Amino acid sequence: MLDKLKIPDHHYLHDGHSLRSWLLTKDHKRIAIMYLMSISVMFFIGGLFAVGIRFELATPQGDFVTADTYNKFFTMHGVIMVFFFLIPSIPAVLGNFLIPPMIGAKDLAFPRINLLSLYIYWIGGIFTLYAMISGGVDTGWTFYTPYSATGSNTNVVPTAIGIFIAGFSSILTGLNFIVTIHRMRAPGMTWFRLPLFVWAHYATSLVQVLGTPVIAITIVMLAVERGLGFGIFDPARGGDPVLFQHLFWFYSHPAVYIMILPALGVMSELISTFSRKTVFGYSFVAFSSLAIAVFGFIVWAHHMFVAGISTYAAMVFSFLSFSVAIPSAVKMFNWTATLYKGAISFETPMLYAYGFMGLFAIGGLTGLFLATLGLDVHMHDTYFVVAHFHYIMVGGAIMSYMGGLHFWWPKMTGRMYSEFFSRVSAIMVFVGFNITFFPQFVVGYLGMPRRYHSYPDEMQVLNVMSSAGATVLGLGYVLPVIYFLWSLKYGQVAGPNPWGASGLEWQTQSPPLTENFLKVPIVDREPYDYEHLVAKEKHLV
Amino acid sequence: MSNAVVHADGHGHAHATHHSALQHHFDTMAQQKEAAVVGMWVFLVTEILFFGGLFAAYMVYRIWYFDAFAEASRSLSLFWGGLNTAVLIGSSLTMAMAVRSAQTNKRTATVNWLVLTMILGAVFLGVKVIEYADKFEHHHVPGYNFQWASHEAPAAGAPSTLLGAGEHAPATEGAAAAEGHRELSLNADQLQLTTQIYFSLYFTMTGLHALHMIVGIGIMLVITWMAWKGKFDDQYYTPVEMAGLYWHFVDIVWIFLFPLLYLVERHV
Repeated sequence: MLDKLKIPDHHYLHDGHSLRSWLLTKDHKRIAIMYLMSISVMFFIGGLFAVGIRFELATPQGDFVTADTYNKFFTMHGVIMVFFFLIPSIPAVLGNFLIPPMIGAKDLAFPRINLLSLYIYWIGGIFTLYAMISGGVDTGWTFYTPYSATGSNTNVVPTAIGIFIAGFSSILTGLNFIVTIHRMRAPGMTWFRLPLFVWAHYATSLVQVLGTPVIAITIVMLAVERGLGFGIFDPARGGDPVLFQHLFWFYSHPAVYIMILPALGVMSELISTFSRKTVFGYSFVAFSSLAIAVFGFIVWAHHMFVAGISTYAAMVFSFLSFSVAIPSAVKMFNWTATLYKGAISFETPMLYAYGFMGLFAIGGLTGLFLATLGLDVHMHDTYFVVAHFHYIMVGGAIMSYMGGLHFWWPKMTGRMYSEFFSRVSAIMVFVGFNITFFPQFVVGYLGMPRRYHSYPDEMQVLNVMSSAGATVLGLGYVLPVIYFLWSLKYGQVAGPNPWGASGLEWQTQSPPLTENFLKVPIVDREPYDYEHLVAKEKHLV
Repeated sequence: MSNAVVHADGHGHAHATHHSALQHHFDTMAQQKEAAVVGMWVFLVTEILFFGGLFAAYMVYRIWYFDAFAEASRSLSLFWGGLNTAVLIGSSLTMAMAVRSAQTNKRTATVNWLVLTMILGAVFLGVKVIEYADKFEHHHVPGYNFQWASHEAPAAGAPSTLLGAGEHAPATEGAAAAEGHRELSLNADQLQLTTQIYFSLYFTMTGLHALHMIVGIGIMLVITWMAWKGKFDDQYYTPVEMAGLYWHFVDIVWIFLFPLLYLVERHV
C-alpha cells in the first residue's frame, strides 16, 4: 500500500537547485530549513561547551581546565544555547515552516523580512563565534555589571554585539508572525479555528516584540559604559548595578517564555494527533498561552531576590511568580484530559510528548520552590536552579522541539525516518536527561553553588552521575542527525498525511509546493476535528 | 512604470486586475497594505520599548540625583534645543504633506515635500553637531576627560577629584533611600560624578535619536527616488506612508527628550 506513494514531482525543494536559489529565496519553508541547519550547528557548538563543563566536574578538583577557562565554558554554553539555539529553535524552524500552511497562506506576510532575519541571525552568530574563538567571554550569559562593564578583560562587547544583532532577528520573526496571523488567514480560518500551535506562536511573538528591544537597549548601555567610559551601571561612577539586573531580566525572564511557549504549542498538536481526540478546552489552552505571555512580563525580579531589592517588592514578585503556574497547569491538565479515553499510540513524536509532560511538570514545580522567597534565599545560585531551568529548557523546550521535528519531518522532507532508531533516541534522551539533571537537584539542595570548577569530595558521586547521564543524553542527540540524514535518501515515502492528523498543513502534499496549496483552501471545520476523521477512517475500513 | 499601472492578469480572467506592486502571496492590495500598516505599528512598539529602557534608567537617576540633573540640564542651550524642536515638528508637517501628495497622485509635490523633510532633518542634525561640539569643548562628554565646572559649587579641588571619584561616590541604594534623594547642597565631587551620569544618558539618548534620524533620512532618499520614478499612485503609496509613520515616531521621541533633558527645573 505504501509502495504506491511517490514524492511529488514539484515541491519547494525542487524549485531551483542552485546555492543562489537558496540564499535569495523568499520561501518561508526554505528559510526554515536554513534556520534548522544553522541552529543545529549552534546546538552542537553549545553542546561542546557542556561536554567541557561535565568533563571538568567529573572530579572534585579543578584539574581539567583553569577556573578562568571554566568561566568561559559555561558562559559560552549559556550564550549560544539561549540566544542562538533555544530562542530561534521552534519559532524560526517549525513556526516558520508551518504557520503559513496551518492558516492556509502562501507565505508569511513579509517574506523578504523573513530572509533578512536569517541573515541577521547569521551575522550575530558570526560575531559571537568570533568573540569565542578570539578569547571567549567569562561573565556568565547574564553579563552582570559592574563585572561585565569594568571588571572582565574578556570579549564582552563583541559577544554582546552578537546578541544585540541576533535579537533583531528574533524581533523580525515575531513581527512577521503577528502580522501573518492577523492578516493572512485563509477564508473560514477564524481565530478559534487556529491550531493551538499558532496561538502559542502568537503569544511568543508578543513576548519577542515587547521584550527583545529592552535587552537590546541594555546591551547598548553596557557597551557605551564599557567601550566609551560612560557611567550608567558602575557604582564607582554613581551608577546602579541593580538597574542593569532589572533591565536584563525584564527581557530575559520573558525570554524563558519565548523558549517554552512554542514548545507548549507543539505539545497540543502532538497530544491531540496521537490520542486522536480534540484538545480538551481549546479556548482555555489558547488563552493560557496569552496569559503566560502577560504574566511572564511581571515576574522578572524573582531572579533578584538576593540582589538587594526591597523586601516588599520581593514579596510581590514572589506572589506574581506563583501566578504563572496557573496557566501552565491549565495546559498540563487539559492535555491530560485530552489523553483520557483517547486512542493513544506511541510513535516517536508521542514519546517525546510524554517525556515533555513529565519533565515539564518537574521543572515547573521546582520553579515554585524557587519562587518562594524564603527558600530562594537558600537555593539561589545553587545547582538546584541549574537543574530547574534545564528541566524547563532541555526537558521542556528541546524535548518538544525534537517531538515537533519528528512529527513534521515527513512534511518537511516527504520521507520517514527509522521508527526504531528514533524511539531509541527518544528513550535515550529521556533517560540520559534525568540521569544528568536529577542529581543536580540533590547536589544543589546540599549547597553546591553553580559556576565553580571545583567542589567538595562528598559531592563527587552525584556529579559523576550527572556527567555519565550527559554522555547518554549527548548520544541521544547525535543519533537523530544520523537517521534524519539517512532518511533524506532512503527513508520510506511518507505521503501527505502519515499520522492521519487533522491540521491544514497535512491537507497538502509532502513536501509542499512553494505556494503551499494548489488553490487557497477554504476552512469549514473546527480544529482537531478527530471525531470526523476517525469516523471517516472507520467508514473506509 | 507610469503612474497607476493597472493591468489585467496574464490569463485574461475578468475577475482580477492586479496592481504591479501586488506581491504574489497577497490576494488584494488592501490586504497587502493592511499587513504593512500592522507590521509598521508593531515595529514602532518595539522602538518604544527600545527607548523605554533608556527612559527607565533616566527616571531612576533623575529621582536619585535630581539636583545634579537640574544643574547639568541648565548647561544645555535652550535656544538650540527649542529651535530643533520647532524644526522637527515642521518636518513632521512636511512629511504628512508628502504622504497626502502621494495619495492624491501629485508626483512632483511628493518629491518636493520629501526633499524638504530631509532638509529639515539635516538642519536638526547640524544643530546637534553644534551642540555636541560645545559639549566637547566644555569637557561634558562622559569618560576620562569629563569635568564638571559648576556655576554654583565652588571649584575647590575639582580637577583632582577625577581619580578619587569612586571613593566619594554618593551611596547608591541604601543611603539614598534612607536620606531621601534631595541632597540640596551637592559638593563638587558629587556633582562631578552625578552630572556625568546625566551626560551619559544625554549622549546615549540623543545619540540614538540622531541615529534614528540618519536612518530616516536614508529611507527617505530611497522613497524620494521611488516617488521621482513614479512608483506611487492613489492605489499604492504604502512606502511613503510607512516612512511617514517612522518619521513621526522619531519626532515624538524628541518631543519627550526635549523636556526631559533641557527643561529639568528650568524655572529655578
